[in-house]
Amino acid sequence: MSKLIYLVPLFPLVGFLLTGLGRNILTRTLVSVIAVGAVLASFVMSLLIFREVGADGFQPQVVKLFDFIKVGKVDIPFSFQVDQLSSLFLLIITGVGTLIHLYSTAYMHEEKPPHFARYFAYLNLFVFSMLLLVLGSNYVIMFIGWEGVGLCSYLLIGFWFGNEAYNDAAKKAFVMNRIGDLGFLLAVFWMMMRFGTTDFAQVFDKAPEATAAVLTGITMLLFLGATGKSAQIPLFTWLPDAMAGPTPVSALIHAATMVTAGIYMITRSHVLFDLAPVTQNVIAIIGLATALLAATIALRQNDIKKVLAYSTVSQLGYMFLALGVGAYTGAIFHVMTHAFFKALLFLGAGSVIHALHHEQDLRNMGGLRKKMPITHITFLIACMAIAGIPPFSGFFSKDEILTAALLKNPVYYVLGVAGALMTSFYMFRLYAMAFRGEFRGTEAQASHLHESPSAMTIPLIILAVLSVAGGWVGIPEVLMPHAHKLQAFLAPVLEGIDGPAEAGHHLSHSTELMLMGGVLVLIIAVITFAWKKYSKYERSEDVKPTGVARFLENKWYVDELYEAIISKPLKSLSAFMNLRVERQVIDGLVNGVGKAVQYGSRQLRLIQSGQVGSYILIMVIFLILFFVLQLFWNLQ
Amino acid sequence: MFSAIDNFPALMIWLPLLGAVVSFLLKKEQQVKQWAFVSSMLTLGLTVTSLFYTGQSNYLLTQVSYIWLPSLGSSFTLSLDGISWMLCLLTALSFPLIFISTSDASRSRSNAFYGLMLMAQAGLMGVFLATDALTFYFFWELALIPVYFLASMWGGERRIQAAFKFFIYTFVGSLLLLIGILYVYLKTPEQSFSLSAFYQAPLSAQEQGWLFWMFFLAFAIKMPIFPFHTWQPDAYEQSDTAVTMVLSAVMVKMGVFAMMRWLLPLFPAVLKQYDNIIIGLSVIGIVYASCLAMVQDDLKRLVAYSSIAHIGLMSAAIFTRSMEAWQGATIQMFSHGINILGMWIVVALIERRLGIRKISELGGLASKAPTLAILFLVVAFANVALPLTNAFVGEFLMFAGLFKFSVWYAAVAGLGIILSAVYTLNMIKRVMFGSTNAATVNFGEAGRPVLIALTVIIVIIFVTGVYPEPLFNLFESTADALLRRILIR
Repeated sequence: MSKLIYLVPLFPLVGFLLTGLGRNILTRTLVSVIAVGAVLASFVMSLLIFREVGADGFQPQVVKLFDFIKVGKVDIPFSFQVDQLSSLFLLIITGVGTLIHLYSTAYMHEEKPPHFARYFAYLNLFVFSMLLLVLGSNYVIMFIGWEGVGLCSYLLIGFWFGNEAYNDAAKKAFVMNRIGDLGFLLAVFWMMMRFGTTDFAQVFDKAPEATAAVLTGITMLLFLGATGKSAQIPLFTWLPDAMAGPTPVSALIHAATMVTAGIYMITRSHVLFDLAPVTQNVIAIIGLATALLAATIALRQNDIKKVLAYSTVSQLGYMFLALGVGAYTGAIFHVMTHAFFKALLFLGAGSVIHALHHEQDLRNMGGLRKKMPITHITFLIACMAIAGIPPFSGFFSKDEILTAALLKNPVYYVLGVAGALMTSFYMFRLYAMAFRGEFRGTEAQASHLHESPSAMTIPLIILAVLSVAGGWVGIPEVLMPHAHKLQAFLAPVLEGIDGPAEAGHHLSHSTELMLMGGVLVLIIAVITFAWKKYSKYERSEDVKPTGVARFLENKWYVDELYEAIISKPLKSLSAFMNLRVERQVIDGLVNGVGKAVQYGSRQLRLIQSGQVGSYILIMVIFLILFFVLQLFWNLQ
Repeated sequence: MFSAIDNFPALMIWLPLLGAVVSFLLKKEQQVKQWAFVSSMLTLGLTVTSLFYTGQSNYLLTQVSYIWLPSLGSSFTLSLDGISWMLCLLTALSFPLIFISTSDASRSRSNAFYGLMLMAQAGLMGVFLATDALTFYFFWELALIPVYFLASMWGGERRIQAAFKFFIYTFVGSLLLLIGILYVYLKTPEQSFSLSAFYQAPLSAQEQGWLFWMFFLAFAIKMPIFPFHTWQPDAYEQSDTAVTMVLSAVMVKMGVFAMMRWLLPLFPAVLKQYDNIIIGLSVIGIVYASCLAMVQDDLKRLVAYSSIAHIGLMSAAIFTRSMEAWQGATIQMFSHGINILGMWIVVALIERRLGIRKISELGGLASKAPTLAILFLVVAFANVALPLTNAFVGEFLMFAGLFKFSVWYAAVAGLGIILSAVYTLNMIKRVMFGSTNAATVNFGEAGRPVLIALTVIIVIIFVTGVYPEPLFNLFESTADALLRRILIR
């Protein structure tokens, strides 16, 4: 079966080509069938591969398709890596991908057929790129997927290209990603220079020979790449703007899959990162800082998608915290559960936005639970999951990360818990403002309020089930011995180096249980507070927020800061070079020379007839004569 | 006995030249256009066929030599190797694409226009084929002179100034080149112009030093390398777009190619001494030109500066003298030519239809011409070297070579990767996306010729980008032979 691995990305690629090239001929139904079918087929293949990988005695395999670049000492095959880590990601990508494709068939139904087809072409292309990213068996193939998902993200954020603001958001996303990509690329070149290869297995074999400085350099550059793709400080500001794209896109790309690429890449490269403790500390600190920064901003946002976007940034921060303390399984576990509940949250939000005809402001919602029962229940489940209430999935993955953080450094733990409390607060603020209380929208909206069609609710229900049960593959030792199936599954890839617990630190079971219980009590208290407070939310006439609130509402002024210290100076510098350096300094010199020549040539002009045409003709005739003579010469 | 197979390289020059003569004699514009297209297609067919019918001995695919000026020690020698074939193919491919995509443009004296275009094609072929210094110089001029006339007789209002500037620049370069060639010639033991004699000319390090700069300047102006580039944006802006296409897709490669065959292998002793200066200039050029591209409002100038940035990377790569960088530079010469043609085709179409080149006056074309917009998007992303497009392969290898040479050069040049995304996406956004205005509201879908040309370009983009290996195999031995010459001494 692993020999057929190429089929997994091939299906969406074919889907992309069919829907893309046939966009003017295909009906919406045909497009839907092709696009959903392609990802579904790929999901079925992934399941078969997952089964094979999960069987006893499975050996990781590299399946080579062809030589991509083979030049001198550089040898980069186009080949795929089939092992536990990649097969798990295949399942998440194609599984959640199928659901979101299905959901989109209803959500995008108002689009004209060519645009409908274009949307699905982009979406299929995204799945293809994402699959390349996780399947590549060397850093170059991974990079192909890495930039490919960035492209699709750009195309989908700017899907409604008539809107200037959306185009700006798309551009910002691509450029910020490219900054990270440069880091990634430089790391690849460094590996090529130092190890002579970009192949995962060979790089990891040779890594222990390298000096700490080299490894720190390479891993820092890789991490820079990850901060771009996974929206971490300092490159996180594109993700909230990316909400300009259609909501299913936000669910698939900007929550469940693409933004977790950085976590996948670092886990895949864990051998390098384990050898670079400095980088690990940086990752932990950046991850934690991002988690907290984004959480504070989410507290004060009123756009339903913006809250979810900052929440995503914040949750990604937790995953990086996990990576930084070496808890790779914890990070991947959270990637998985987050894919379920965050996709569900976005799709639920999409369902609400769809019902309210593109209303995204929480202040104009309220009371939706009555008219949208399925959306309401599934959304509530997702909120429970992200807040970390047992037995919902988020509880297990977040607990694992926090426990690992505690073992590394108690400060990480305390701050991590603080972030988790903020998470509970903003999520239930959102929930209560949207679903509890009375409807605050217009009459017209109220009369049209309806539950979404089944193409949208079925994915919600499936994701809700996963958001509950998804965590049960990773039940901690303290609650049930030997129940952490995920850890056992990933162990061959992670080679036992997994989390500080492995390194000899241990927490007694009683302490662990006590902390778990304590945090849970705090979370429930926060939820109750938010629920009570925002169920009674009334639209008050715009009171300008002051102090901290205003600071948070304006997102810590990070965008303004970047504008002032990077964009503006770069633009002024370029304009200066264009007007002064180019025109006056460089061109001035040349023109000076030119004038001198012009003066000299005035004397020569007397012998010219000025008939340009005749010169050319004479020139050509002589050339031909010359050739003919030459040919005869040769023949003799 | 005369056989076509042995004479392929000569035919590749001969055919376009014949095409040029016929063009001059034709009267009706339509006839000239058709003939020029047919002629260029024949040349393309010939060039493609040449690869299959030439024997491969050593790294040369084939070599022909005719007696020319025996008393001077010069023979008319043409050699087809992997690298020169790649550039001949680019030359042969470009002209039909240019002719078909600009077929609805109308010009006065079109017979002269197409005649000169085909003459330039013959000259370019000669530059890439010649392995006799005098022959090389002859074709160098044969390529330049028609373009000079083309640039000054057709185009924008300020074309005379622009063409004059172009002329002065290249004239200075050519003069230096000629003096350099003559000096080396006099130093050869048997007074020969042949490339192999030039390679073996006993030159002291000091002589190599100043000869290096003479040759370098001639080639650097042609490419152009910062700070010898200011003729280029003006020439691109003012010329007829068909001429701009020849200039940017093919002619700039004369300089890059000449560095590989006529500069580095000739003066290997001084490369260590000067490589930092040149790579430094190239890298500064990348960032400088990218910055300037960001603030251009004229589409043609934007593409011009973008091209300067791309060329900068190629020259930096060549001076690292590493195998991967050279292979990358070779494939990138081809890819850059193809991609920039794609950019020009769209720019030319917009200019023809609307008479506008100012980015600030455009907008919303995607809603009026969706197919054109999609094709343009693909070309634009190839231009920023997205993986699986042709430019990625070349840039990747060049950066890998540059990184080995110096981390810092690679890091600074890498800024170009980011900046290219900034100006390209900005252009896409302001030209294609957004809403239409009074000027663009009546823009329609592109005609069939343009769509066909763009489709061909895009097929090449992906084929080269996904499976470049056959091309690498083709010029591996050539690059190897040249590099060995450079590195041994």
